[in-house]
Amino acid sequence: MSAIYGLLAISITIAIVFFVIFVLSVKKGQYDDAYTPSVRMLFDDELVDEEKKSEEKVEKKQKSSQSNHKHKQV
Amino acid sequence: MSKVESCYHCGDACSQFDILHDDKHFCCQGCKTVYEIFSENDLDCYYDLASAPGVTPEDIKGKFDFIDQEEIKVKLLDFSDGSTEVISLYIPHIHCSSCIWILENLNKLNPHIRQSQVNFPKKTINITYKNDGTSLKEVVELLTSIGYEPYISLDNIDKKETATDNSLIYKIAVAGFAFGNVMFLSFPEYFEVSEYWLDQYKFLFRWLMFAFSLPVVFYAGRDYYISAYKGLRSKMLNIDVPIALGITVLFLRSFVDVAFNFGSGFFDSLTGLVFFLLLGKFVQQKTYNYLSFERDYKSYFPIAITKINTDKTEENIEVYKIKEGDRLLIRNEELIPVDSILMTETCEVDYSFVTGEADPIEKKSGDKLFAGGKLKGQAIEIVAEKSVEQSYLTQLWSNDVFQKDYNPRFQTLIDKISKRFTITVLSIATTALIFWLFYQPNMALNVFTAVLIIACPCAIALATPFTLGNLLRIFGQHGFYMKNIISLEQFAAIDTFVFDKTGTISSSQKSHIVYEGEALTEKDLGILKDSFRNSNHPLSRQLYSFLNSTPTEEIDKFDEHLGQGITTKSQSNAYKLGSASFVEAEKEMINPTETSVFVQKNNKVLGKFIFDTVYREGLVELFEELDQEHKLVILSGDNSGEKQYLSKLLPKTIQMKFNQKPDSKMRFVEKLQDEGKQVCMLGDGLNDAGALKQADVGIAISENVNVFSPACDAIMSADQFKNFNNFLKVSKKGIFIIKLSFVFSFFYNAIGIYFAVSGLLRPVIAAILMPLSSISIVAFTTFATSYVSRKTLKSKD
Repeated sequence: MSAIYGLLAISITIAIVFFVIFVLSVKKGQYDDAYTPSVRMLFDDELVDEEKKSEEKVEKKQKSSQSNHKHKQV
Repeated sequence: MSKVESCYHCGDACSQFDILHDDKHFCCQGCKTVYEIFSENDLDCYYDLASAPGVTPEDIKGKFDFIDQEEIKVKLLDFSDGSTEVISLYIPHIHCSSCIWILENLNKLNPHIRQSQVNFPKKTINITYKNDGTSLKEVVELLTSIGYEPYISLDNIDKKETATDNSLIYKIAVAGFAFGNVMFLSFPEYFEVSEYWLDQYKFLFRWLMFAFSLPVVFYAGRDYYISAYKGLRSKMLNIDVPIALGITVLFLRSFVDVAFNFGSGFFDSLTGLVFFLLLGKFVQQKTYNYLSFERDYKSYFPIAITKINTDKTEENIEVYKIKEGDRLLIRNEELIPVDSILMTETCEVDYSFVTGEADPIEKKSGDKLFAGGKLKGQAIEIVAEKSVEQSYLTQLWSNDVFQKDYNPRFQTLIDKISKRFTITVLSIATTALIFWLFYQPNMALNVFTAVLIIACPCAIALATPFTLGNLLRIFGQHGFYMKNIISLEQFAAIDTFVFDKTGTISSSQKSHIVYEGEALTEKDLGILKDSFRNSNHPLSRQLYSFLNSTPTEEIDKFDEHLGQGITTKSQSNAYKLGSASFVEAEKEMINPTETSVFVQKNNKVLGKFIFDTVYREGLVELFEELDQEHKLVILSGDNSGEKQYLSKLLPKTIQMKFNQKPDSKMRFVEKLQDEGKQVCMLGDGLNDAGALKQADVGIAISENVNVFSPACDAIMSADQFKNFNNFLKVSKKGIFIIKLSFVFSFFYNAIGIYFAVSGLLRPVIAAILMPLSSISIVAFTTFATSYVSRKTLKSKD
């Protein structure tokens, strides 16, 4: 019998939680820029790649060119 | 000759120079330098994400010196706690994913930069840095050195806090949330089955619905009461009056129903109504992040300028602090901020910002320089005659037109209809009330409120926002950016079009070059091409790309005389290229109304290159079409040199006025309005700013919509100029669609009122009829506008 009270309470609480989450996300500016994050997301791979590459390059540079060393010091 | 390579960095053709570095071609030293910076810092990825994403960096020596001055810096920074500083900068060049990538990896180039984040749609970057290791000036110079020069203008200093207003979104969220929950709670009662279960719980359900409707009535629907109150106070029955009345009656009647156990109330209709209405408000606005319709001269003007003190020391001062008599130093590409007198011998000033005229104007010592011109060439010294606000150009903005926000002359379709609508509904309700008072008094109030509820003009209020909002979006996709739906509605009602000439009906970028005079030999042409290549004058550049000859590379001596021309020597031949006075041309050859470059060989004038204005594609057809139903006027700031040609080209009925000053353009528009005309002004430069603002609809034509255009109601991309009449046609059809939707919603209202008057309106009927009418209007307008614009706008593409 009192199950209906429990169910109502649960359904309304969940609805309110979603409502509050939505309002907070608008307030934090999540919808201000809807485009850039979609591009930014794809860069992660590039960055990982590039760190590896730069490690290799540093090794190479240490062996060979002096001018690059100078540049690093500056 | 081998095929011309395109630059690995910026994609321009390497025609003037071709530098080979790392097996890649570069068009100039600057592009190569940027490439070197990136490759040394392992940022080559920049070139993998998009091909040739860069731009040649500008030479900026000394340009940003002012930025480290404490008082200016404070105004620019978003945040500073002593060691960490945050700045937002607008960078017009941001255009691809490579840009985002390189700008968000700035810390690889300067380790003191903590974080940089790009907002692509707004073309801004937000940079956080530690100021013990670097400075704002260094950050800005770093950005500039890699080709991303931030645009810093007087506007940055005067920036008002433009916090984005999210209240409409919150209101929609509240209304939508309540609408969903109320629907869900009222559903059991729709079927009217009497069951133990229902009878037991319906009070709980009803009071919950009441609770949900409270925030809708008192928060989400607030604007309607305010607007209705304002309307009533100024003795106007606007559309919000019946809406506010409807919401109030709905709420009170439902409360009474629930409190006295008469029924379940109309909470579902109430929340749904407010939700749909707010949705309409949301749809009618379309913001273009990177466009601004509110710009004034401040967006063009620099923040600071170099002042020369009496003891010859240089100092950076804010432009607002320039006083009469101050001696100022203007460098190449810098803007002249105040009306002043030139002290240096000669200079060339580019007034394209102000007038749209592309060719620089030569000035001599003692000449008056008007604010707004851009210096081309060597640095000059000037003496200020006025302060910034009092200068000739900037004074325009102190005019009253710039103070008022909207145009009170214009009555929208909805304004016209809402008065009659409100009166009709009220009289039906009263008649019904009187009838039922005699017939069956206990039903009278019930019927009266039912009429007001069902006649609430939801569908009518939605027709305009959805029709015009959708058109606004479609126009935006086609390169015609309207400020808001009111401008669009006004645009459809225009009967007079006023065009500026230079830059509006003529292209300011392209010009048509013809040679007149004795024929030039192949060798002569080769030498000319060589000479023009060495000169940086805009006319020389145009001629360089115009001449198809092969450079001879036999130049022995080359001299550029600023503001006059070029002298070249090749073996025994001496050439002089430049203005009429420079080559001492005879009077018969000179035509003061045209732009030309004379060619003189061994003291004999051979001929001249004439730069003809190029009118925009489709101009003649457009004018002929518009001329059938509208009055057309051409207002030009130029001399009347082109008058004959234009009157031959265009329909006879067109009025033409030349030598118009900025304020006379504005007054001309005002005069037309006084004659009862609905005026649309099309212009491009700052000199049109007053007329654009004064006109009922001001449209700025822009070659590149990302570049600045004066304050206006709409911005149109120049390549869409030929489609202008199609946009007009579609807007007019849009108005017709709105009128059709009004007919539909009257039909719905008639059905609803039948139920209401006969005392049969049950909540379930209202709950079906009201959303049904709203949704069908939304669907109809959206479909109809898409169909109409697809048919009309695509046909010419």
